[in-house]
Amino acid sequence: MIYREAGQFRTTYASDQAIFPIPQDRWFVVFAAVAAFVIPPLAANEYWLQAVLIPFLIYSLAAIGLNLLTGYAGQLSLGTGGFMAVGAYAAFKLTTALPQLNIVVVFLLSGLIAAGVGLVFGIPSLRIKGFYLAVATLAAQFFLLWLFNKVPWFVNYASSGTITAPNRSVLGVIVTGPNATASVRYVTALALVVVGALVAKNLVRGRVGRSWMAIRDRDIAAEIIGVRPLRTKLLAFGISSFYCGVAGAELVFLYFGSAETLAFDITLSFLVLFMVIIGGLGSILGSFLGAAFIVLVPIFLTNAPQAMGLSLPVALQKQFELMVFGGLIIFFLIVEPHGLARLWQITKEKLRLWPFPH
Amino acid sequence: MTLKTLMSGALAAALVAGPMAAAAPAQPKEMFIPLLVYRTGPYAPSGIPIANGFVDYFTLLNERDGGINGVKLTWEECETQYKTDLGIECYEKLKGKGPTGAAVVNPYSTGITYQLIPKASVDKVPVFSMGYGMTAAADGRWFPWVFSFPTTYWSQASAVIRYMAQQEGGMDKLRGKKIVHIFHNSPYGKEANPTLETLARQMGFELTLLAVDHPGQEQGATWLQVRRINPDWIFMSGWGVMNQVAVKEAASKGFKMDHFIGNWWSANESDVVPAGDGAKGYKGATFHAPGTNFKVHADLFKFVYDKGKGGGNKDAVGEALYNRGLVNAMLSAEAIRTAMTKYGNKPLTGEQVRWGMENLNLTEQRLEQLGVKGFTHPIKVTCEDHEGNGPVLIQQWDGKKWTIVSDWISPMRDVVRAKIETAAVEEGKKLGYAMRDCAKEK
Repeated sequence: MIYREAGQFRTTYASDQAIFPIPQDRWFVVFAAVAAFVIPPLAANEYWLQAVLIPFLIYSLAAIGLNLLTGYAGQLSLGTGGFMAVGAYAAFKLTTALPQLNIVVVFLLSGLIAAGVGLVFGIPSLRIKGFYLAVATLAAQFFLLWLFNKVPWFVNYASSGTITAPNRSVLGVIVTGPNATASVRYVTALALVVVGALVAKNLVRGRVGRSWMAIRDRDIAAEIIGVRPLRTKLLAFGISSFYCGVAGAELVFLYFGSAETLAFDITLSFLVLFMVIIGGLGSILGSFLGAAFIVLVPIFLTNAPQAMGLSLPVALQKQFELMVFGGLIIFFLIVEPHGLARLWQITKEKLRLWPFPH
Repeated sequence: MTLKTLMSGALAAALVAGPMAAAAPAQPKEMFIPLLVYRTGPYAPSGIPIANGFVDYFTLLNERDGGINGVKLTWEECETQYKTDLGIECYEKLKGKGPTGAAVVNPYSTGITYQLIPKASVDKVPVFSMGYGMTAAADGRWFPWVFSFPTTYWSQASAVIRYMAQQEGGMDKLRGKKIVHIFHNSPYGKEANPTLETLARQMGFELTLLAVDHPGQEQGATWLQVRRINPDWIFMSGWGVMNQVAVKEAASKGFKMDHFIGNWWSANESDVVPAGDGAKGYKGATFHAPGTNFKVHADLFKFVYDKGKGGGNKDAVGEALYNRGLVNAMLSAEAIRTAMTKYGNKPLTGEQVRWGMENLNLTEQRLEQLGVKGFTHPIKVTCEDHEGNGPVLIQQWDGKKWTIVSDWISPMRDVVRAKIETAAVEEGKKLGYAMRDCAKEK
């Protein structure tokens, strides 16, 4: 009833090709984006911004990156943690070498550096596929972290081997470092993820995205119709690593404040991969849903017993959280193997017929 | 969002109801202490005894004395699994709890400490990283909010080297000897390296640094190298499961166990028991005695465990890391008590507790009153020196228990302090800090 397209006629190519052709969708997304910019900084307390929303946004960006590579171009990668580390260490080196440089520019530049590294590690993808490629990208993960741990130049010869986000401001407002308020950091992360999602959405709708999907669905057929595999695959690796690199820089500069290589270890790669799988392969919305699931559900489960007035010992609570969380992952994968994004799509289709399904 | 709405609703109700109930009971006489613990994950063998020692001492204060000068202590544990992201979440969740906010935070992870140091001065919560964390922060002029007393990794490393020299028969006898440092490849493990390098240059011993990657189960290559080098002494900075593996490896390679010294995070019961008889003779640094032969332990059994309020297993009381937690809780409590001499016997804020930590003076007499005579060393913290330059003991495993085998060994202050001051300038500048003038602090 509310969500009905009857009577909406698209009379121009532009309106037919819009990202959200249905006005209800369009208004909903615009409203949600505006609300996300306005409401949390005003209403949420520091805990919510700092421990829940900021990591959610950063992981969403990383999940979009991996989704472009794995979901759209079909190249399985376990190197996400390594590429995020490249972004983080590059941002640290850049901003300590050139303190005057705008920090948002630093984020984008470190994304480019990560993209370059991603290109190099994407070269084997021309010859190896599937699980074998996953193992090859695993090499990136381990090699990059080993490198950052081994060469003290990357951490400016700090004896502890940690990188710390210094205070940096944009237009007079402190954005990173200990003195930046949680709201400012949240808005920065949100702005980057909104722009990133918009660009990604347009990429996958256009020629580039179509060639990725052609490669994913059958590479030989794609090659025959004129898609160049090397270029397409490398582009996917490069752009995906760019997103991961920016997300990695944000992870240290907007969330952790200070980090060591352990923060980017293999568990992070798996975490982002699970976000993509649970959220939905080949869906931008799915990246957000997956990130929300992986970031928010454990926090909710940790706090739920207390909110209900149960005081469990922390160890038991943690184990309970792990069990329920694992159970939920299995449940969702059985109920909807195509991810949460597909569930959302089904809901929309049902809503279209509601209240008179026939 | 529902939880948030509920909470903000409750808060709004409390704000409205607060002024209306004018005769409502005054603020409860309670102070809140956040506890970042790890009772699960690969570091749980080290995390559990510490957490229990901590909680038991606070329970003891509440049960026996009714808190500190009439102010009850409350706390909440939050599971970090030694992971930095969970550490942030826990810290953000707990920092504002209790009527006066968090009094002092004990991160129990060098990684989490590094993350909390920049936040401490902003949130006004002192960070107490007892014998771990960033060594440079021991210079209180640059890092007013961070405390690492009774001693630091650098002091420890220098004291252990001094001990090795004593065993060899004199400070000049280390010349030409081969020493290996096996360390957890993390900020924690790397912390001692610069001091060891300086000492190697000054005293002329051959130092080899061998890193072991997280979590430390795979050490085959490391020990192959050790065998090739055939060192005279091994010093280890390990944590969690890494320690057990290293001790087992050393035993199976037939290394002289009494020439193998762990730092104070590498010498707990759980580290040596799995290696069985092979671990006999293994040594570890510490800054307090092991065992339960002190008055405070008798009180713990009487007031806490016999009432069924103990945090863990009764048998585990007195383990090296349990006693570590106990010392940490005791020092925190004494800092709060010191702060109360200035601010009165009421719940204190983090800022007030910071003053207490900076002016802590734990004398021999006071230690006796606390029932810990001979358990740990007296300590005096000052504005300049947040480390207190505490001396170190060496304990040895005899197959059943730890025994102290050395006198108090003082660190090489002349070497360490100069390095701390240089490093503090460097680290402080990174965070945009300025040096404060301690002469003006009172």
